[in-house]
Amino acid sequence: MSHSPTTIPEHHPALVHQFDSMEQQREASTFGMWVFLLTEIMMFGGLFAAYLIYRIKYYDAFVAGSSSIDVTWGFINTLVLIGSSLTMALAVSAAQRAWRRGAQIFIVLTMILGSVFLGVKAIEYHQKYVEHHIPGGVFGAFDAVSDYPGEDHNIYWDLVNKEHRTPEAAKQIADQTQIFFCFYFAMTGLHALHMIIGLILMTWLLVQVQRLNIGPEYYTPVELSGLYWHFVDIVWIYLFPLLYLINRTHGR
Amino acid sequence: MAEGAHPTHKVYYLVFLALAIGTILTYKVAQIDLGFWNPIIALTIACTKATLVILFFMHIWYSSTLTKITVVAGFFWLLILITLSLTDYLTRGIVKPL
Repeated sequence: MSHSPTTIPEHHPALVHQFDSMEQQREASTFGMWVFLLTEIMMFGGLFAAYLIYRIKYYDAFVAGSSSIDVTWGFINTLVLIGSSLTMALAVSAAQRAWRRGAQIFIVLTMILGSVFLGVKAIEYHQKYVEHHIPGGVFGAFDAVSDYPGEDHNIYWDLVNKEHRTPEAAKQIADQTQIFFCFYFAMTGLHALHMIIGLILMTWLLVQVQRLNIGPEYYTPVELSGLYWHFVDIVWIYLFPLLYLINRTHGR
Repeated sequence: MAEGAHPTHKVYYLVFLALAIGTILTYKVAQIDLGFWNPIIALTIACTKATLVILFFMHIWYSSTLTKITVVAGFFWLLILITLSLTDYLTRGIVKPL
Protein backbone atom coordinates (compact mmCIF):
# COMPACT_ATOMS: atom_id res chain seq x y z
CA MET A 1 0.00 0.00 0.00
CA SER A 2 1.38 3.28 -0.98
CA HIS A 3 0.25 6.57 0.29
CA SER A 4 -0.18 9.28 -2.24
CA PRO A 5 1.63 12.43 -1.29
CA THR A 6 -1.53 14.52 -1.67
CA THR A 7 -2.31 16.06 1.65
CA ILE A 8 -5.83 16.65 2.81
CA PRO A 9 -6.06 20.35 3.58
CA GLU A 10 -6.20 20.84 7.31
CA HIS A 11 -9.32 22.45 8.61
CA HIS A 12 -10.45 23.77 11.93
CA PRO A 13 -11.90 21.04 14.22
CA ALA A 14 -15.05 23.13 14.72
CA LEU A 15 -15.82 23.30 10.98
CA VAL A 16 -18.79 21.07 10.18
CA HIS A 17 -18.94 19.29 6.83
CA GLN A 18 -21.73 21.28 5.15
CA PHE A 19 -19.66 24.48 5.18
CA ASP A 20 -16.75 25.33 2.94
CA SER A 21 -14.99 27.65 5.34
CA MET A 22 -15.06 28.98 8.87
CA GLU A 23 -16.09 32.33 7.46
CA GLN A 24 -19.16 30.83 5.77
CA GLN A 25 -20.04 28.87 8.89
CA ARG A 26 -19.83 31.96 11.09
CA GLU A 27 -21.98 33.92 8.67
CA ALA A 28 -24.66 31.20 8.71
CA SER A 29 -24.61 31.03 12.54
CA THR A 30 -24.91 34.80 12.90
CA PHE A 31 -27.80 34.87 10.42
CA GLY A 32 -29.57 32.06 12.28
CA MET A 33 -29.14 33.81 15.63
CA TRP A 34 -30.55 37.04 14.25
CA VAL A 35 -33.58 35.23 12.82
CA PHE A 36 -34.18 33.84 16.32
CA LEU A 37 -33.78 37.35 17.78
CA LEU A 38 -36.37 38.65 15.28
CA THR A 39 -38.92 36.19 16.70
CA GLU A 40 -38.02 37.61 20.11
CA ILE A 41 -38.55 41.14 18.83
CA MET A 42 -42.00 40.06 17.62
CA MET A 43 -42.86 38.50 21.00
CA PHE A 44 -41.84 41.57 23.02
CA GLY A 45 -43.20 43.77 20.21
CA GLY A 46 -46.69 42.35 20.73
CA LEU A 47 -46.48 43.28 24.41
CA PHE A 48 -45.19 46.76 23.60
CA ALA A 49 -48.04 47.33 21.09
CA ALA A 50 -50.65 46.17 23.63
CA TYR A 51 -48.99 48.37 26.26
CA LEU A 52 -49.22 51.44 23.99
CA ILE A 53 -52.91 50.89 23.22
CA TYR A 54 -53.84 50.53 26.89
CA ARG A 55 -51.58 53.40 27.92
CA ILE A 56 -53.53 55.68 25.56
CA LYS A 57 -56.87 54.32 26.76
CA TYR A 58 -56.14 54.44 30.51
CA TYR A 59 -53.52 57.18 30.60
CA ASP A 60 -54.36 58.51 34.09
CA ALA A 61 -54.20 55.03 35.60
CA PHE A 62 -50.89 54.33 33.85
CA VAL A 63 -49.43 57.57 35.23
CA ALA A 64 -50.67 56.75 38.75
CA GLY A 65 -49.37 53.17 38.59
CA SER A 66 -46.02 54.15 37.09
CA SER A 67 -45.48 56.87 39.71
CA SER A 68 -46.04 54.38 42.54
CA ILE A 69 -42.91 52.45 41.47
CA ASP A 70 -39.61 53.43 43.07
CA VAL A 71 -37.71 54.88 40.10
CA THR A 72 -34.29 54.73 41.83
CA TRP A 73 -34.15 50.92 41.66
CA GLY A 74 -35.05 50.96 37.98
CA PHE A 75 -32.38 53.59 37.30
CA ILE A 76 -29.71 51.56 39.14
CA ASN A 77 -30.78 48.41 37.31
CA THR A 78 -30.46 50.13 33.93
CA LEU A 79 -26.86 51.07 34.74
CA VAL A 80 -26.15 47.53 36.01
CA LEU A 81 -27.48 46.00 32.79
CA ILE A 82 -25.52 48.40 30.59
CA GLY A 83 -22.42 47.44 32.56
CA SER A 84 -23.14 43.75 31.98
CA SER A 85 -23.41 44.44 28.24
CA LEU A 86 -19.96 46.02 28.34
CA THR A 87 -18.43 43.02 30.13
CA MET A 88 -20.18 40.71 27.64
CA ALA A 89 -18.73 42.64 24.70
CA LEU A 90 -15.28 42.39 26.32
CA ALA A 91 -15.77 38.62 26.80
CA VAL A 92 -16.44 38.22 23.07
CA SER A 93 -13.38 40.31 22.30
CA ALA A 94 -11.23 38.19 24.64
CA ALA A 95 -12.52 34.96 23.06
CA GLN A 96 -11.69 36.34 19.62
CA ARG A 97 -8.12 36.99 20.74
CA ALA A 98 -7.90 33.42 22.10
CA TRP A 99 -7.52 34.80 25.64
CA ARG A 100 -9.40 32.02 27.40
CA ARG A 101 -8.85 33.24 30.98
CA GLY A 102 -10.00 36.73 30.04
CA ALA A 103 -13.15 35.43 28.36
CA GLN A 104 -14.00 33.44 31.49
CA ILE A 105 -13.40 36.39 33.81
CA PHE A 106 -15.66 38.66 31.72
CA ILE A 107 -18.36 35.99 31.47
CA VAL A 108 -18.34 35.62 35.27
CA LEU A 109 -18.51 39.43 35.65
CA THR A 110 -21.49 39.45 33.28
CA MET A 111 -23.17 36.77 35.39
CA ILE A 112 -22.53 38.73 38.60
CA LEU A 113 -24.08 41.89 37.13
CA GLY A 114 -26.99 39.85 35.76
CA SER A 115 -27.59 38.41 39.23
CA VAL A 116 -27.47 41.90 40.79
CA PHE A 117 -30.14 42.95 38.29
CA LEU A 118 -32.38 40.02 39.28
CA GLY A 119 -31.75 40.74 42.98
CA VAL A 120 -32.87 44.35 42.58
CA LYS A 121 -35.90 43.12 40.62
CA ALA A 122 -36.75 40.82 43.54
CA ILE A 123 -36.59 43.81 45.93
CA GLU A 124 -38.92 45.74 43.65
CA TYR A 125 -41.39 42.87 43.33
CA HIS A 126 -41.35 42.47 47.12
CA GLN A 127 -42.14 46.16 47.52
CA LYS A 128 -45.15 45.78 45.22
CA TYR A 129 -46.20 42.66 47.13
CA VAL A 130 -46.09 44.49 50.45
CA GLU A 131 -48.13 47.36 49.00
CA HIS A 132 -50.74 44.92 47.64
CA HIS A 133 -50.12 46.15 44.12
CA ILE A 134 -50.04 42.72 42.51
CA PRO A 135 -53.19 42.39 40.41
CA GLY A 136 -55.42 39.36 40.47
CA GLY A 137 -55.82 39.04 44.21
CA VAL A 138 -54.01 35.72 44.40
CA PHE A 139 -51.72 36.52 47.30
CA GLY A 140 -53.79 39.31 48.76
CA ALA A 141 -56.48 41.66 47.55
CA PHE A 142 -55.25 44.27 45.10
CA ASP A 143 -55.29 47.38 47.19
CA ALA A 144 -54.62 50.62 45.39
CA VAL A 145 -57.61 52.02 47.29
CA SER A 146 -57.32 51.82 51.05
CA ASP A 147 -58.43 53.72 54.08
CA TYR A 148 -55.03 54.74 55.40
CA PRO A 149 -54.35 58.32 54.32
CA GLY A 150 -50.93 58.40 55.94
CA GLU A 151 -49.58 55.41 54.03
CA ASP A 152 -46.71 55.92 51.61
CA HIS A 153 -47.22 55.07 47.96
CA ASN A 154 -50.96 54.78 48.36
CA ILE A 155 -52.27 55.39 44.87
CA TYR A 156 -55.74 56.46 45.95
CA TRP A 157 -54.61 59.00 48.55
CA ASP A 158 -51.92 60.37 46.25
CA LEU A 159 -54.63 61.03 43.68
CA VAL A 160 -56.86 62.73 46.24
CA ASN A 161 -54.22 64.75 48.12
CA LYS A 162 -51.64 65.62 45.47
CA GLU A 163 -53.74 65.74 42.32
CA HIS A 164 -56.95 66.94 43.99
CA ARG A 165 -59.16 64.38 42.30
CA THR A 166 -62.65 63.76 43.62
CA PRO A 167 -62.88 60.58 45.75
CA GLU A 168 -65.02 58.89 43.05
CA ALA A 169 -62.57 59.68 40.23
CA ALA A 170 -59.60 58.71 42.41
CA LYS A 171 -61.20 55.37 43.25
CA GLN A 172 -61.87 54.61 39.60
CA ILE A 173 -58.32 55.51 38.51
CA ALA A 174 -56.80 53.57 41.43
CA ASP A 175 -58.80 50.49 40.45
CA GLN A 176 -57.71 50.82 36.83
CA THR A 177 -54.01 50.80 37.82
CA GLN A 178 -54.46 46.99 37.88
CA ILE A 179 -54.20 47.14 34.07
CA PHE A 180 -50.89 48.97 34.35
CA PHE A 181 -49.58 46.47 36.89
CA CYS A 182 -50.61 43.56 34.66
CA PHE A 183 -48.38 45.01 31.95
CA TYR A 184 -45.65 45.83 34.46
CA PHE A 185 -45.46 42.26 35.77
CA ALA A 186 -45.93 40.59 32.38
CA MET A 187 -43.23 42.65 30.69
CA THR A 188 -40.64 42.77 33.49
CA GLY A 189 -41.46 39.12 34.28
CA LEU A 190 -40.82 37.98 30.70
CA HIS A 191 -37.67 40.09 30.69
CA ALA A 192 -36.51 38.55 34.00
CA LEU A 193 -37.18 35.08 32.58
CA HIS A 194 -34.88 35.97 29.69
CA MET A 195 -32.25 37.09 32.19
CA ILE A 196 -32.49 33.74 34.01
CA ILE A 197 -32.15 31.88 30.68
CA GLY A 198 -29.19 34.17 29.95
CA LEU A 199 -27.53 33.16 33.23
CA ILE A 200 -27.99 29.46 32.37
CA LEU A 201 -26.54 30.19 28.93
CA MET A 202 -23.51 31.88 30.53
CA THR A 203 -22.90 28.86 32.78
CA TRP A 204 -22.92 26.61 29.68
CA LEU A 205 -20.65 29.11 27.94
CA LEU A 206 -18.05 28.91 30.73
CA VAL A 207 -17.77 25.16 30.09
CA GLN A 208 -17.60 25.68 26.31
CA VAL A 209 -14.84 28.24 26.60
CA GLN A 210 -12.86 25.82 28.76
CA ARG A 211 -13.49 22.89 26.41
CA LEU A 212 -13.27 24.42 22.95
CA ASN A 213 -10.27 25.74 21.13
CA ILE A 214 -11.53 29.29 20.85
CA GLY A 215 -9.63 31.91 18.91
CA PRO A 216 -9.86 34.29 15.97
CA GLU A 217 -11.06 31.42 13.74
CA TYR A 218 -13.82 30.17 16.00
CA TYR A 219 -15.59 31.98 18.83
CA THR A 220 -19.20 31.53 17.66
CA PRO A 221 -20.68 30.30 21.00
CA VAL A 222 -19.41 33.41 22.80
CA GLU A 223 -20.42 35.74 19.96
CA LEU A 224 -23.99 34.37 19.72
CA SER A 225 -24.53 34.26 23.51
CA GLY A 226 -23.38 37.88 23.47
CA LEU A 227 -26.03 38.73 20.86
CA TYR A 228 -28.69 37.20 23.11
CA TRP A 229 -27.44 39.10 26.17
CA HIS A 230 -27.35 42.44 24.34
CA PHE A 231 -30.85 41.84 22.99
CA VAL A 232 -32.19 41.39 26.54
CA ASP A 233 -30.39 44.64 27.43
CA ILE A 234 -32.14 46.45 24.57
CA VAL A 235 -35.55 45.28 25.80
CA TRP A 236 -34.77 46.81 29.20
CA ILE A 237 -33.58 50.06 27.58
CA TYR A 238 -37.20 50.46 26.38
CA LEU A 239 -38.89 49.03 29.47
CA PHE A 240 -37.24 51.53 31.82
CA PRO A 241 -38.70 54.76 30.35
CA LEU A 242 -42.00 53.11 29.35
CA LEU A 243 -42.80 51.60 32.76
CA TYR A 244 -40.99 53.82 35.28
CA LEU A 245 -41.11 57.26 33.71
CA ILE A 246 -44.57 57.68 32.14
CA ASN A 247 -45.17 61.02 33.81
CA ARG A 248 -43.10 61.69 36.89
CA THR A 249 -44.00 65.36 37.21
CA HIS A 250 -47.77 65.08 37.64
CA GLY A 251 -49.33 66.41 40.81
CA ARG A 252 -46.20 68.29 41.89
CA MET B 1 -11.49 42.45 6.32
CA ALA B 2 -14.98 43.68 6.97
CA GLU B 3 -16.72 40.51 8.08
CA GLY B 4 -16.04 39.30 11.59
CA ALA B 5 -13.97 42.38 12.34
CA HIS B 6 -14.61 43.79 15.76
CA PRO B 7 -14.22 47.25 17.21
CA THR B 8 -11.36 48.18 19.48
CA HIS B 9 -11.85 48.32 23.24
CA LYS B 10 -11.86 52.09 23.07
CA VAL B 11 -15.08 51.90 21.03
CA TYR B 12 -16.65 49.62 23.65
CA TYR B 13 -15.80 51.99 26.50
CA LEU B 14 -17.06 55.00 24.57
CA VAL B 15 -20.36 53.23 23.77
CA PHE B 16 -20.72 52.28 27.43
CA LEU B 17 -20.10 55.90 28.43
CA ALA B 18 -22.71 57.10 25.93
CA LEU B 19 -25.22 54.56 27.25
CA ALA B 20 -24.61 55.62 30.86
CA ILE B 21 -24.98 59.31 29.97
CA GLY B 22 -28.18 58.48 28.07
CA THR B 23 -29.59 56.68 31.12
CA ILE B 24 -28.78 59.56 33.47
CA LEU B 25 -30.24 62.02 30.94
CA THR B 26 -33.49 60.01 30.67
CA TYR B 27 -33.75 59.92 34.46
CA LYS B 28 -33.09 63.66 34.89
CA VAL B 29 -35.31 64.86 32.02
CA ALA B 30 -38.21 62.82 33.43
CA GLN B 31 -38.10 65.05 36.57
CA ILE B 32 -38.77 68.18 34.48
CA ASP B 33 -42.29 68.85 33.26
CA LEU B 34 -42.12 69.21 29.48
CA GLY B 35 -45.65 67.93 28.92
CA PHE B 36 -46.05 66.43 25.46
CA TRP B 37 -42.28 66.30 24.92
CA ASN B 38 -41.43 64.07 27.91
CA PRO B 39 -42.27 60.70 26.30
CA ILE B 40 -40.83 61.80 22.94
CA ILE B 41 -37.47 62.72 24.49
CA ALA B 42 -37.44 59.52 26.60
CA LEU B 43 -38.10 57.35 23.53
CA THR B 44 -35.59 59.23 21.37
CA ILE B 45 -32.89 58.58 23.97
CA ALA B 46 -33.98 54.92 24.26
CA CYS B 47 -33.82 54.47 20.45
CA THR B 48 -30.37 56.08 20.32
CA LYS B 49 -29.16 53.76 23.09
CA ALA B 50 -30.63 50.67 21.37
CA THR B 51 -29.01 51.68 18.06
CA LEU B 52 -25.61 52.05 19.75
CA VAL B 53 -25.94 48.59 21.31
CA ILE B 54 -26.97 47.00 18.01
CA LEU B 55 -24.30 48.72 15.92
CA PHE B 56 -21.29 48.25 18.21
CA PHE B 57 -21.95 45.69 20.97
CA MET B 58 -23.76 43.42 18.51
CA HIS B 59 -21.24 44.22 15.74
CA ILE B 60 -23.81 45.10 13.08
CA TRP B 61 -21.63 48.03 11.97
CA TYR B 62 -18.99 45.44 10.99
CA SER B 63 -21.38 42.79 9.64
CA SER B 64 -22.21 41.56 6.16
CA THR B 65 -25.04 43.10 4.15
CA LEU B 66 -27.19 40.00 4.71
CA THR B 67 -27.05 40.40 8.50
CA LYS B 68 -27.73 44.14 8.24
CA ILE B 69 -30.80 43.56 6.06
CA THR B 70 -32.05 40.89 8.50
CA VAL B 71 -31.88 43.31 11.43
CA VAL B 72 -33.51 46.17 9.52
CA ALA B 73 -36.28 43.83 8.30
CA GLY B 74 -37.03 42.79 11.88
CA PHE B 75 -37.39 46.32 13.19
CA PHE B 76 -39.34 47.39 10.11
CA TRP B 77 -41.82 44.60 10.77
CA LEU B 78 -42.11 45.71 14.40
CA LEU B 79 -42.83 49.24 13.15
CA ILE B 80 -45.65 47.86 10.95
CA LEU B 81 -47.10 46.03 13.95
CA ILE B 82 -47.12 49.15 16.12
CA THR B 83 -48.17 51.75 13.50
CA LEU B 84 -51.02 49.75 12.01
CA SER B 85 -52.35 48.73 15.45
CA LEU B 86 -52.29 52.35 16.62
CA THR B 87 -53.80 53.60 13.34
CA ASP B 88 -56.79 51.46 14.19
CA TYR B 89 -57.11 52.24 17.90
CA LEU B 90 -56.34 55.96 17.70
CA THR B 91 -58.92 56.63 15.01
CA ARG B 92 -61.83 54.72 16.51
CA GLY B 93 -64.79 56.99 16.91
CA ILE B 94 -63.25 59.62 14.63
CA VAL B 95 -64.10 57.88 11.39
CA LYS B 96 -67.87 57.54 11.12
CA PRO B 97 -69.14 54.22 9.84
CA LEU B 98 -70.84 54.41 6.43
